[in-house]
Amino acid sequence: MKLSSKQRMLVQNLAFAAMSLIASLTVIFIVLIVVYIVSMGAGAISFEFIFSMPYDGMRSGGILPAIIGTFYLTLGTAALAVPLGLGAAIFLSEYAPDNQMTRIIRIAITNLSGIPSVVYGLFGLGLFVLFLQLGTSILAASMTLAIMTLPVIISTAEEALRTVPQSFRVVSISLGGTRWQTIRKIVLPEAMPGILTGVILGLERAAGETAPIMFTGAAFFLPQLPTSLTDATMALPYHLFVISTQVPGMPIQIQFGTALVLLVFVLGMNLIASIIRSRARAKRQW
Amino acid sequence: MDTHLIPGPKKRNAKAAFSQVVETLISAVIKAMGYSAVVFVIMIFYFLMSEGLAAVGEVPLNVLFSARWYPIEGYYGILPLISGSLLVTIGATLFAVPIGLATAIFVAEIAPRWMREIFKPVIEILAGLPSVVLGFIGIIALAPQLRQLFNLPTGLTALAGSILLGIIAIPTIVSIAEDALDGVPRSYRDAALAIGATKWQTIWRVTLPAARSGVLTAVMLGIGRAIGETMTVMMVTGNAPIVATGLGAIFMPTRTMTATIAAEMGEVANGSVHYHVLFLIGIILFLISLAVNIIASAMVFRVKKRAERILS
Repeated sequence: MKLSSKQRMLVQNLAFAAMSLIASLTVIFIVLIVVYIVSMGAGAISFEFIFSMPYDGMRSGGILPAIIGTFYLTLGTAALAVPLGLGAAIFLSEYAPDNQMTRIIRIAITNLSGIPSVVYGLFGLGLFVLFLQLGTSILAASMTLAIMTLPVIISTAEEALRTVPQSFRVVSISLGGTRWQTIRKIVLPEAMPGILTGVILGLERAAGETAPIMFTGAAFFLPQLPTSLTDATMALPYHLFVISTQVPGMPIQIQFGTALVLLVFVLGMNLIASIIRSRARAKRQW
Repeated sequence: MDTHLIPGPKKRNAKAAFSQVVETLISAVIKAMGYSAVVFVIMIFYFLMSEGLAAVGEVPLNVLFSARWYPIEGYYGILPLISGSLLVTIGATLFAVPIGLATAIFVAEIAPRWMREIFKPVIEILAGLPSVVLGFIGIIALAPQLRQLFNLPTGLTALAGSILLGIIAIPTIVSIAEDALDGVPRSYRDAALAIGATKWQTIWRVTLPAARSGVLTAVMLGIGRAIGETMTVMMVTGNAPIVATGLGAIFMPTRTMTATIAAEMGEVANGSVHYHVLFLIGIILFLISLAVNIIASAMVFRVKKRAERILS
């Protein structure tokens, strides 16, 4: 079918209008979700809500134990996943030969990132809670979340390491540096902002996850804060699930307030990651 | 980044010898860490199999592949759960793929730079929203609307699940498809424009086909994201294990494989038949995600090979 140039411009204008409409609606919709939660939840936020224990079947009081719990779980995940993920990324970027085995590692990483979060929960239950007898605990839940976070950290850290120009390595080695010295003193510091961004984005996902911690460490309600790694803990995402589906007569204010705190926690991490990224980009000289 | 060919410093003294030992040790540790992902995949598969395969022996196959899921009375038919997952995922795909691709095309090809700088981080926000928050919004805002709009007994239906899963899949589709479009060489576009194609013809006939494999990967991974999603579907689909028989099923409550595991695992006795069947469902989910990812990466790989052939 031959179209005149006028018709072709008409088709283009229609298509462009449709694409920009769909894209704009998507973006507006996302902003609306955030605004909705903020405006509905802001009324619930008070000193008491953040810093006190829940009471009256969680229908009154605050959500302190859920906030603290998510903080602990995120910290535990970081402690386990960051060293391991960074090590794996260094291996892939600096050591791994281009062979079949390396290809298998990459396939494994892709697959880890695709496994549904609830399957991680099953695995954590089978291995950490039951087989290793850690019980439902902060430790078991952090380990489960760490394995889930690992592929994100490995791939973003590897990418950051690979952006460091090869000439930096060549110079360091030609000056007599060993391979590890080159990595530790030259490559890692240069790649650090990129690595941090990836780590935070990975942890952001871990902080918001519910399914992997449901059977491995999250508690419906606990009257006191956890005191050791082997205690179970309340957590923000699981708490939001509980109070929006499992507790009848739950005041909607508390539900929105909890959603807002979780959102701030997660988007705050997102924001920190973006700031690190844009600062590093501005400072970079190569 | 191959530094094998660069000769290391010559060993001269004890200090050098010591650093050589450190070097070897560190290399070994890093290598071990490098293999960790492989170890974990194998461990996950092994544990799912060791807990889940027992179900095949304990539950007769005709019961397992029946249409009734009612564990309390020993009915372990997984068909309604599989059909629920399919129904919700297909709904989500129909919803998310056109929106996701249109958004990706707009962001990568049409939008001016300043708009791109706003749209990309906003879409990233959606990727970071915890699924439990979307599920909560589904319960509070979406389900009542759907109930009113279609005059249903409950808004917690497969439709609500499909819409929310679609929303969850959109950022995945947008970011990968956008990368794929970005990766199309500039010369392709210039050539099309030079022979008189409009910008839109260039996008539709040249850029998009050239990015085809990446776009397909985006769709595959988006679908994979939707099948594996748990909390949102558990909260908004009404949790009724019914086999979908017609189009009307979209307006009825349903129950996915992921939601079943999440809803019931907390209440079963370890080592019971029910426990084993839930792990069996986990195996099915694991294999689906494996297949989705292998297909997606095979597509990328094939195209790379083709590109190498053309360029060499």
